[in-house]
Amino acid sequence: MNPKHLLILGGGTAGTMIAHHMRRNLAAADWKITVLDRDEDHYYQPGFLLYPFGHYRRDQIVKQKRDFMPKGVDFQIAEVEKISPDAHSVSLKGGSTVAYDLLVIATGCRTAPEETEGMLGAEWRKSIFDFYTFDGAAALREKLATWEGGKLVVHVTEMPVKCPVAPLEFAFLAESFFRERGMRERVQITYVTPLTGAFTKPKAAKKLGHLLGDKGIALETDFAVEKIDAEGRKLICYDGREVPFDLLVTTPTNMGSEVIRDSGLGDDLDFVPTHKHTLQSLKYPDVFILGDATNVPASKAGSVAHFESEALSANLLRHIAGQPLVEDFDGHSNCFIESGDGKALLIDFNYEIEPHEGGFPFAFGPMRLLEESRLNHLGKLAFRHVYWQILMKGRPLLGISRIKKAPANA
Amino acid sequence: MQKTIAGTTVEVNEEGYLTDMSQWTTAIADAIAAEESVGPLTESHHKVLNYLRDLQKQSATITIRGVGKSGVVTTKELYDLFPGGPLKKASKIAGIPKPVGCI
Repeated sequence: MNPKHLLILGGGTAGTMIAHHMRRNLAAADWKITVLDRDEDHYYQPGFLLYPFGHYRRDQIVKQKRDFMPKGVDFQIAEVEKISPDAHSVSLKGGSTVAYDLLVIATGCRTAPEETEGMLGAEWRKSIFDFYTFDGAAALREKLATWEGGKLVVHVTEMPVKCPVAPLEFAFLAESFFRERGMRERVQITYVTPLTGAFTKPKAAKKLGHLLGDKGIALETDFAVEKIDAEGRKLICYDGREVPFDLLVTTPTNMGSEVIRDSGLGDDLDFVPTHKHTLQSLKYPDVFILGDATNVPASKAGSVAHFESEALSANLLRHIAGQPLVEDFDGHSNCFIESGDGKALLIDFNYEIEPHEGGFPFAFGPMRLLEESRLNHLGKLAFRHVYWQILMKGRPLLGISRIKKAPANA
Repeated sequence: MQKTIAGTTVEVNEEGYLTDMSQWTTAIADAIAAEESVGPLTESHHKVLNYLRDLQKQSATITIRGVGKSGVVTTKELYDLFPGGPLKKASKIAGIPKPVGCI
């Protein structure tokens, strides 16, 4: 009998992890596994946050996707034009089609600066920057190296965005960057968010709400940008408020991959409707979605993709065996949050449990949740090695369980 | 925690958002709107509130953009109806959770 075919679209963080899990669990005689991606470069995306401030060489955060694929997985560069779940196939640019028995969509998300009037144009990457792409982070690094000061505005266009805390971290890091360069008094920093505050969850707001004021960072909330007046250098809100800038570091609208829209599989932001506890498509039983491509209300972040990939691999094996799926993905997420001056915070939460205080990964620590520390910052720096050497090779993270443990004092 | 709004005892969180959307009534909406200096609630307000409650029932993510593109109201109208923070006020009046980030 011919082997069946598991097709994975996307060879980034999520696609690479699920390829490892599934190759380890499926006999080659029974299942062929293919990963398709449209480009070769695998980015360590947390590096984009520090890159603008002069950290890292390119080769520390950009590697080749094929180098992280497990043996026995066929990795191919190809651009998918359309996914046809009814036909169990995808069609590729150039005219060929690839049939599958089981499909995992891990096509991630992209920035869509074209969604905001005035964002792209003469000032793009002159006074208007993003750091969610490698090119954007590199352009901003060059800008910051020579910028003489003025009004820095750090901005989130709309939710959801990948790594939702990154813009706030950027503001904190910028504040300490300018202080270290002896030019802090020449820079006014404003953080502009569509949400109700920089911290929106009660425990975090209570514990961390003082950070912006302490650092002299102004805050503009409930700000839905209608357009950017690039020439006049200001953000304009639907309610008429204006925020002037000399240097705008924006987080453009995040959307799913174009192929999701072209295939008619997405919501209004091109994210795929996905069962939030099983990661199965809400419409097609043989289609599963992983990582940033889903519409589940978890953060779009590598740690979520990691926990999801463990839940998903177990469910894919159940699905193959004809067993019912288990609804146990809990939205678990954790992340380091750079707070400047060589310190960082650490948060751990899921769909139900908001970020809380305590030890991590064990009750005694050694790291502390929701507190600034030097150790958390060192953890963030060390995480780059963990990412390349452990996570992208499909090895388990010891001591960190997939299911979020309830805090002792909850 | 419990709070009595418009004569009815309902479950709310520390910020006064209903934690069980099925306890919501239009009288509760009127009372929260008055607290938030919104209204009096008109048919346009209720169109938005109903839309948000429908989205919440589907566990869909609620964003200003989404409402603005829904055809229910434009984003400008949304700010006019719920001045000073449409999402935080409209979600509170609609008896659903406040849209949040991860912290």
